[in-house]
Amino acid sequence: MQRFVLIAVPYTWLLALFLIPFVIVFKISLSDIALSIPPYTPTLEDGFGPFFSALDFENFVFLTTDDLYWKAYVSSLRIAVTSTAITLLVGYPIAYAMARAPEEWRATLMMLVILPFWTSFLIRVYAWMGILSQEGVLNQVLLWLGVIDAPLTILNTTTAVYIGIVYTYLPFMVLPIYAALDRLDGALIEAAEDLGCSRVQAFWLVTIPLSKNGIIAGSFLVFIPALGEFVIPSLLGGSGTLMIGKVLWEEFFNNRDWPVASAVAVILLLILIIPIILFQRNQQRQEEA
Amino acid sequence: MAETIFAPWDDPTEKPLIRFRNVTKRFGAFTAIDDLTLDIFEREFFALLGPSGCGKTTMMRMLAGFETPSEGTIELAGQDIAAVPPNKRAVNMMFQSYALFPHLSVYDNIAFGLRRDSLPRADIDARVGEMLKLTRLEKFARRKPHQISGGQRQRVALARSLAKAPKLLLLDEPLGALDAKLRQATQFELMDIQEKTGTTFVIVTHDQEEAMTVASRVAVMDEGRVMQVATPERIYEAPESVYVADFIGDVNIVPGTARAVGDGLFQLNWAEDTVPFIAASEGAFSEGQACHLAIRPEKIAISAERPPEAENAVHGKVLDIAYLGNLSTYHVELPGGQVIKAQTANTRRISRRSFTWEDPVWVSWTKTAGVLLDQ
Ligand SMILES: Nc1ncnc2c1ncn2[C@@H]1O[C@H](COP(=O)(O)OP(=O)(O)O)[C@@H](O)[C@H]1O
Ligand SMILES: [Mg+2]
Repeated sequence: MQRFVLIAVPYTWLLALFLIPFVIVFKISLSDIALSIPPYTPTLEDGFGPFFSALDFENFVFLTTDDLYWKAYVSSLRIAVTSTAITLLVGYPIAYAMARAPEEWRATLMMLVILPFWTSFLIRVYAWMGILSQEGVLNQVLLWLGVIDAPLTILNTTTAVYIGIVYTYLPFMVLPIYAALDRLDGALIEAAEDLGCSRVQAFWLVTIPLSKNGIIAGSFLVFIPALGEFVIPSLLGGSGTLMIGKVLWEEFFNNRDWPVASAVAVILLLILIIPIILFQRNQQRQEEA
Repeated sequence: MAETIFAPWDDPTEKPLIRFRNVTKRFGAFTAIDDLTLDIFEREFFALLGPSGCGKTTMMRMLAGFETPSEGTIELAGQDIAAVPPNKRAVNMMFQSYALFPHLSVYDNIAFGLRRDSLPRADIDARVGEMLKLTRLEKFARRKPHQISGGQRQRVALARSLAKAPKLLLLDEPLGALDAKLRQATQFELMDIQEKTGTTFVIVTHDQEEAMTVASRVAVMDEGRVMQVATPERIYEAPESVYVADFIGDVNIVPGTARAVGDGLFQLNWAEDTVPFIAASEGAFSEGQACHLAIRPEKIAISAERPPEAENAVHGKVLDIAYLGNLSTYHVELPGGQVIKAQTANTRRISRRSFTWEDPVWVSWTKTAGVLLDQ
């Protein structure tokens, strides 16, 4: 009985917050657009028989007929992969420095990494608009330093999207890597040096393999939300930045085509299921080790 | 076969492999090693013995190259090694925690150092095979460190540190994690390996029995200083200070004042209104100088009557008896409250023991049984 309750709690959670919404979205994706409230048919008010016979995969077929959709998926994937790689390159040294810092500094450094979460995500993205715009802080400083002669166009380009994603998701990369490096026994590095490794060799042969799980976890934690990211590309990206999150938003709010928007969302979820499963596997293996 | 006693430290022409010269190591204001001068010779099995925190690991780490002396020099084979980084020293260390690479198999752990020398594959394979055989780990070559027992892990660590055939092998409390039986077996294994490979071993331990078993010489340390360096027998039989006598094995320390009675003999006045003890000593003591008699419990006999020819004999009362299986230790209270421990072999069953609590007894020993110490 007790065991049943114990298992029931997370499953109820999963059912209420994931499965039911997904079933609803999936149902809408099989419906047709309509000028009504809600803006699709059929609904259960039509009775069971007509309800099920009216459902079809029309919207999914539609997604394949317009280049926009698959291009948006591919472009999202590319942006997500690239920004994950950049986040890793920036985040690893930060995590490494934190793990190497004197014991009494670490809690403070950890605080500094988490601190941005204390202000609204939207406000922080707006702040980046202020930094990156033509008359923004960054251009002012670069002009003043004489690095550039004319202001750079960063805002409303894909570069701005990369900056936004890397900035936003950096803590998700830093924290798991830091956790892995913090657990790493310093004697292992000394043992490697004792056995003939230079510092650099010891890093590649011992530190990197032993922080692998942290790297994998961090990468997924960045990649998964970055793939469906909507706010950053719409605020910082320009018309040239094609991301599926933005397409989804436009279908939903601009075209009020809920069924097609839902179909886009379902496909996005299917794409994400693979990395999510891989991520779970990694976490499980980490716990076993 | 001609028995030649291995004692390079007595030979003035012999060049030491390691030479500590006035080495001091400070961590901030704290002095971990205090003006240490010490020679270690090739093929020695040298033991560093001392309580926790006395600087044993620090000494090892300086030899391995993870710490640099604050003052003084360390020479390896006649060369100052201060500027040589750890990966360039012909020294390997077996870490106190073993420090096995968790992501590598037993085989790859042992091969790790060999691969850094970019040896041909076949040579690496042969050498690792040799090491696996030496440490009897052939069956576990493919396992990861977390899939083998503590004793096996310890052997992997040993094999890994031996694989590169270092001039000097440092063992930091290598057997700390093992139970008594496995520990003893491994001690003999270590000695065997040392004999086979001819490597110089420096072993750190806080277990005096271990040091006595394996070592050619023992250095007893206290708070960053070496108190005495000598063979295990000398350390046990002829300690130079109360600290060393007390640290190694069980000992009775009787404080008193000395009086020379000629012929290298001294009287020890140990309590008022008692017959002074008599003891032979190589060192000289001035009249009335404060000193201590250190005497091992097994050198003290216990009897009901006063032994007629005893050079030292005192009357006392049995206070306590510790039964150790093969031995019994009697705690005998002397007049004046001093307690002396006397040890006898249990050749009879316990029910037939001759003395019990509160029995009046005589304890006696010869004049050469103990040593007189001035500090
Ligand atoms: N890196 C360090 N920083 C400060 N103090 C240290 C450091 N390493 C060792 N010590 C101190 O030096 C003393 C000797 O340590 P150690 O050599 O590890 O002793 P042990 O004989 O137990 O191996 C200890 O008091 C320890 O606290
Ligand atoms: Mg130690």
